[in-house]
Amino acid sequence: MIDPARDTETRRRGDAEISSPSPRLPFPASPRLLLALTVAVVLLYGVIYPNLHVIVASLERDGNWSIVNYTQALSQTVVLESIFASVGVSILTVLLCAAVGIPLAFLFERYTFPARRLFATLAALPLVLPPLVGTVAFIFLCGESGILARLAQSVFHLEQSPWSLRGWAALLLFHTYTMYPFFYILTGAGLTRIDAALAEAGRSLGATRARVLTRILLPQLTPSLIAAALLTFMTSMASFSAPLLFGGGVRVLTLEIYTARQRGDASLAITETVILAVISLSALFFFQRYEGTRRFAAAAMKGSTKQRRAIATGKSRAIAIACGVVFSLILVLPVATLVLVSFAREGNWTTQTLPTSYTIANYVKIFSDSRASEVFLNSLSMSAIAASAALLWSFCVALLLRRKGSRKWKRLLSWLVLVPWALPGTVVAVALAEAYGKPSPLLGSFILVGTFWILPVVYFLRFMPLVVRALQASMEQIDAALEEAASSLGARWWQRFSRITVPLVWPGAVAGTLLAFVIALGEYVASVLVFVPSNRPISIAIASELRDFNLGTAAAYGVALMLFIGLIMMIATRLERRR
Amino acid sequence: MPLLSLKNLSKRFDKTAAVTDVSLDVERGEFFGLLGPSGCGKTTTLRMIAGLEQPDSGTIEFDGGNITNLPAERRGFGMVFQNYALFPHLNVFENVAFGLRARHKSNEEIRERVKGALELVQLPGYEKRRVDELSGGQQQRVAIARAIAIEPALLLFDEPLSNLDITLREETRGELRELVGRLGLTAVYVTHDQEEAFALCDRISVMVGGRILQTGRPRDLYAHPAQLSVGRFLGRNNLIRVVRLSSSTSEIAEFKTLDGGHTIRVRMNGQNLSPMNQPCILAIRPEHVLIRNADEKLENALPATVREIDFAGATSSIKLDANGLLLEALALDAVGISAGDQRTAVLPPDRISLLKE
Repeated sequence: MIDPARDTETRRRGDAEISSPSPRLPFPASPRLLLALTVAVVLLYGVIYPNLHVIVASLERDGNWSIVNYTQALSQTVVLESIFASVGVSILTVLLCAAVGIPLAFLFERYTFPARRLFATLAALPLVLPPLVGTVAFIFLCGESGILARLAQSVFHLEQSPWSLRGWAALLLFHTYTMYPFFYILTGAGLTRIDAALAEAGRSLGATRARVLTRILLPQLTPSLIAAALLTFMTSMASFSAPLLFGGGVRVLTLEIYTARQRGDASLAITETVILAVISLSALFFFQRYEGTRRFAAAAMKGSTKQRRAIATGKSRAIAIACGVVFSLILVLPVATLVLVSFAREGNWTTQTLPTSYTIANYVKIFSDSRASEVFLNSLSMSAIAASAALLWSFCVALLLRRKGSRKWKRLLSWLVLVPWALPGTVVAVALAEAYGKPSPLLGSFILVGTFWILPVVYFLRFMPLVVRALQASMEQIDAALEEAASSLGARWWQRFSRITVPLVWPGAVAGTLLAFVIALGEYVASVLVFVPSNRPISIAIASELRDFNLGTAAAYGVALMLFIGLIMMIATRLERRR
Repeated sequence: MPLLSLKNLSKRFDKTAAVTDVSLDVERGEFFGLLGPSGCGKTTTLRMIAGLEQPDSGTIEFDGGNITNLPAERRGFGMVFQNYALFPHLNVFENVAFGLRARHKSNEEIRERVKGALELVQLPGYEKRRVDELSGGQQQRVAIARAIAIEPALLLFDEPLSNLDITLREETRGELRELVGRLGLTAVYVTHDQEEAFALCDRISVMVGGRILQTGRPRDLYAHPAQLSVGRFLGRNNLIRVVRLSSSTSEIAEFKTLDGGHTIRVRMNGQNLSPMNQPCILAIRPEHVLIRNADEKLENALPATVREIDFAGATSSIKLDANGLLLEALALDAVGISAGDQRTAVLPPDRISLLKE
């Protein structure tokens, strides 16, 4: 997931014992040219032009080249503070997520005890939660008028709410809740790849447990940890819903860009967008550079790899079980709260700990009222368009990247495909809005912004790297000899493609497409910047219901969205397993 | 005219030369072997024949036509891959039918020919099986059935038996030879296993370091390796460093060993005469070194001390020291010989080869 387009043909070939990974068979020039042309056009319109346009616009004042935008922006304390806040929140988020995720991964991947499975199944829950829905659930649960605060208030007979969900602490708490799975999952995956015999060898050479951990396990985990840190950092830099709803005094860059645009200060918004983009891309390069130096050749794996030790002794077993149960509860509570509130009668949950009266009216409303239910159709159709386009696109890119050719071009292509993924959603949306918000050299007098197509395009650009990566991973798994065998049996390139390649990569490609689809369904960050009132996605509806204090309706939307996502993820997992 | 003819093929990968100036001819109906250690370029040569790799220079001719630039799918050669390369998403029937479908044969003909091919490899009734349900040996047979179903003009094998265990390997080897012979096919077979190559092939090219060193019938290669590396690669050999003496006639050449200073007479059956007083190397197989009692007088009889006897079941390997010249002899029966004995090691003149270094 870290690198949607790592060069696939770095393996050396030769006359090896094992079937040599061969150069992929060439396919004829005419379809290749068509592919290259398609890819070039999409990248030009979607990636190169919008981003260049924003950079150029940020360097322009009254029609002249100038850096005055930057000097002005950087002289405002609010801008400097937001840069500081964005980077600070992200670094702290990485540290907190590591502190939570790594020990949990060790606990749940290395040991086994009764509550382990419960947690292991729930662990990825926060990842499925769209950020906006998670934020809303958190407000209901932990906000100053949320369930926990009211509970504390009634238990201790307090006049006021014992805390307020505002500022750094709230932001970091929420970020940790939603992003620790990056560390948990990647560390867990890394641990299962480590040969258990290495730890055993260390122990047999006289190393203590602590020494084995610090000298053998952690160094081998470094690539996984760097990957997790990168994902967490980038997600945190791009975070928007949480700072918007309970950031309080913490003004992060994404929020500043949004408010600057709302105020109509376009040049400040653009300048801040470039600053955010530069920080994100530098982080990407920094992490990847570091990751590259820390790769270990996978040792030949023989014998036992995955071994979970049972915790049998009384005390530690009780503690482990308690940990499992508590973490499971923490994971489930926000979602449970959301479900509970979705059944609350509007306007009657005021000062009580829990809503007092329940109804299904909220669900009836969102599904029967035509104005309320159309957002589902909107989101579904826009995400479906974006995801299908991403699927087609990923085949074009993967085929181009796979064939023999200049390494330099392939690297450039991989990098350009990666860019929209590395950029925060705010940046992608602002870039498109600026580039296609007025007549442009590429689209002539057609103005994309304000049409139905702007959101599908944004979704496509933001999430196609995921599909490309999924497809590439599937393609890399295909033994080159299969296509060679097909070729020696007389199959032309289109026969090889349709009868060998496509059937073999299909499950992986569809799983990747479904993932992009569900993320697009709940997309908020970019949508809020460029959506069209006649074509609102679900996330915008949730936010506006929340603004009108229709908590029950907002929650019902959230639950419906989660159910959709859960269902589709189940299908995707099925497909993934069938590979 | 040979069916397949490679002329001066060369191929480089990045900076390493994989195949250098390889030329060979394969006759119609011949079972031809490419034998060499791993990394010697034999697989690359085979892949160039198959059309999966383009030579940097040189030509490939088949049945009189130049096919150097013909893509693999238009050559009509069947290929059996080392890891079988069965299509995991297709069942046995569809795997075997793949090449026939690519040729747009009628369904009836496909059914017919798949059935026939599976019977030939002794897997009748396996049509509906998934390939991952099959054992390694069965997968191997499916791979062969798939290659012969298209009635290939040439059959190519890339170490097809190396993933099988030893008993299955020997069994399949026999069946393979019989099958190819019965269908009257021409085959090129790549292997690093000399025993396999000797058992299967009519003729063999020995490749080392991307070059063909020697081509010939298995028996000739074994008896008279032309070069040191061939001698080293094919079986065990006593390699004796010598200098040619001036006193030799044209039929019998005399050499002086550098170790031990013995004089050895070699019958030069048309072998190249080496220049006088130049170091060269003689080779004799351990099974041709005879051990006699110390008092017998024979040609090339060297007095020697028995150093060590390794019992290896059917044979015993006996290490001898003839005044500093170390020799190995292979005997069916080492009864009566023990370490420390004084014996005579006899090197029969017509069993000795003169090697090019």
